[in-house]
Amino acid sequence: MVAEPSERAREFETQDLLLNVGPQHPSTHGVFRMVLSVDGEVVKDVIPYIGYLHRGAEKLCETMDYRQGIGFMDRTEYLAAFNAELSYLMAVETLAELEVPERAQWIRMILCELNRLSSHFMFLGAFGIDVGVFATPFIYAWREREALIDLFEEISGDRMMYAYFRPGGLAWDVPQNFKQRVEEVLKSSEQGIKDFDGLLTNDEIFRARTQGVGVISAADAIDYGMSGPSIRASGVPLDVRRDEPYLKYDEVEWDVITGSNGDVFDRYYCRLLEMRESVKIVRQCLERMADTGPIMPEKMPRMLRTPPGEVYIRTEAPRGEYGIYLVSKGGNRPYRLKVRSACLSNLQALRDMSVGQYVADAIIVLGSIDIVLSEVDR
Amino acid sequence: MNVDLFGLEVNAWADSAIRLLLIVTLMTVVVMALIYLERKLIARFNQRIGPQRTGPMGLLQSVADALKLVGKEDLRPKAADPWTFELGPFLVFIPVFMTFVIVPFVADWQVRLLDLGLLYFVAISSLSIIGWVMAGWGSDNRYAMIGGLRAAAQAISYELPLVLSLVAVGMVAGSFNLGTIIEGQDVVPLIVWQPLAALIFFIAALAELNRTPFDIPVGESEVVGGPFVEYSGIRWSMFFLAEYAALFIMALVFSAVFLGGFLWPFGDELGRWYQVALTTVKGGLFFFLVVWIRISVPRMRVDQLMAYSWKVLLPLALLQILVNGLVLVNGWSEVILLVTGLAGIAVLVAVTGRAVARPRGLVGPAPRPAAPLPAQGEAAS
Repeated sequence: MVAEPSERAREFETQDLLLNVGPQHPSTHGVFRMVLSVDGEVVKDVIPYIGYLHRGAEKLCETMDYRQGIGFMDRTEYLAAFNAELSYLMAVETLAELEVPERAQWIRMILCELNRLSSHFMFLGAFGIDVGVFATPFIYAWREREALIDLFEEISGDRMMYAYFRPGGLAWDVPQNFKQRVEEVLKSSEQGIKDFDGLLTNDEIFRARTQGVGVISAADAIDYGMSGPSIRASGVPLDVRRDEPYLKYDEVEWDVITGSNGDVFDRYYCRLLEMRESVKIVRQCLERMADTGPIMPEKMPRMLRTPPGEVYIRTEAPRGEYGIYLVSKGGNRPYRLKVRSACLSNLQALRDMSVGQYVADAIIVLGSIDIVLSEVDR
Repeated sequence: MNVDLFGLEVNAWADSAIRLLLIVTLMTVVVMALIYLERKLIARFNQRIGPQRTGPMGLLQSVADALKLVGKEDLRPKAADPWTFELGPFLVFIPVFMTFVIVPFVADWQVRLLDLGLLYFVAISSLSIIGWVMAGWGSDNRYAMIGGLRAAAQAISYELPLVLSLVAVGMVAGSFNLGTIIEGQDVVPLIVWQPLAALIFFIAALAELNRTPFDIPVGESEVVGGPFVEYSGIRWSMFFLAEYAALFIMALVFSAVFLGGFLWPFGDELGRWYQVALTTVKGGLFFFLVVWIRISVPRMRVDQLMAYSWKVLLPLALLQILVNGLVLVNGWSEVILLVTGLAGIAVLVAVTGRAVARPRGLVGPAPRPAAPLPAQGEAAS
């Protein structure tokens, strides 16, 4: 039998403190809000609130022609717009039975991998700030990302929202010095990746902060439907690029990077190593790619129409599996479009990862999931 | 009672008042210079240029910032406790300036050299923590409160290694008077005999100054500035002023206690202006190290911070005092102090590097599947 607390004990009864983090908070990576229930410094509960950036992109796509939808897909995943475009267009192309020319596929693959690099650089920089380094990793990451984005601008005319992939191929051909420019940014990116080993990976405090924090087991990660580096860090070798190869991923040599501890450090380090694999993939693509050739199918209909049907296409975006479920009832616009967001599924695990940790850990756990709020809310 | 002030005979009270006034003026200028320097240094480390538009090489940036801060509205949240909130900054600011009493910049350039100067220094400087807690509590903001409580916990933990490292030095120097300590170092600075104490002092000083990696009370990415979160304008700038003034005095104390202040290596012969340059260089070295650390290492977690102080720094500081006592009582050679100090540093580095060396599962390429997997499916109709 539990004794009744005495009068004096009741005087010292403590309560958990509700701490509202976000939507305006420096480290919620956008407009995410979580309410932490804290006991001193220890997190007892996490209640996430999403939806601050909901724009109804999926519904809007239903009112537009297939080509107009590309812009909306860019904006769902603004840090890796090429990857988002690719998923959407692969779905459209599968329905419309368009054959993408070989060369366009290689270019798509190069740009997607470069976009993975730029997105992961963004992660590295932001994560550096989350763990509390003043601004150095951020600026170093930004320098490399800038080089990549300059290249994207040269190719597509835009720095973030490219709309460069089109149904059947590409909007226009790449510049003549494409291969040389890609080689240049690969070199600077490789240097940037190396810098991060010194800036963060081998830092004692960084290790002490991230190792053994925010652990999620492989089984739990699978149950939550996590994907991308966040699940690979738990030791699940899940990578759509290898499991269900699209583009030319089955023709190049590369490895799926997995961790074994499922903690914040592994999620960070998986991304860092994955960037090296991306560099490898791009190098091989450059070798295999023809210098000239068609980038669009010979016969393109003036108005793109799809026969009735439905398709689910998934690709490996930097944050995980970015899936598009597309239903067509004929005509030139989708009947229903659903984006399977990797970030949303990964975010489910936030509570499991952060309960029982310190407040500072909850912040880096959120950072290590690497969410893009516009993809979560769409 | 009359004393000598720059060759003039003045009343002792007037003398101290004039000296205080001079030092407070100097302080304000130095703080502005430090802020400018820190911004420039950080910019260089970050591959930027830093302030350059205000005045030549951006030299007037701090002046512009100060004017802007003074011109800002002094806001107080409705729910804040008026007295605690408004007095908080003063209680942070005043103790920091009070500690300047004991610091000798150059021979004879000080307010008063107290016999228990170091004790005065640690006692007064730790008072400012009351202001932090007041600011945190009075703001009626949860981030501020967490920040204030973190600041209190941190101050309690790191005050001890700081004091003990100073005690260790005081034992070897045979005095707590900063003037005497400096005079004892005209040939060999104390950092040679007390390297471990110097390192512990440096680490604890970082924590006292709430500098990275111990900036958890103000951690931008966690508690959004901690106790400052609700402050604006002049009150906020008082926190800022206090922070840099504390940094400046820490640099001076470090250079006086461990690096031989204005005496080593030139002694007394070269005159006053060389001594000013010497103090500036030594203080600047400390400042540079602090900035360098600020831009390169992450923030520690609150429990790690405590553990590091109580389990690592404190025992090592106590051991240093024990060794000092043995050497002094038995009259052994001072070389033993150097050797044990270096051994202590080796232990400290090994313990700090523990996190990296800890065995754990690896991150790397997953085994490749034996057969290639089929390509993605066709459209279902």
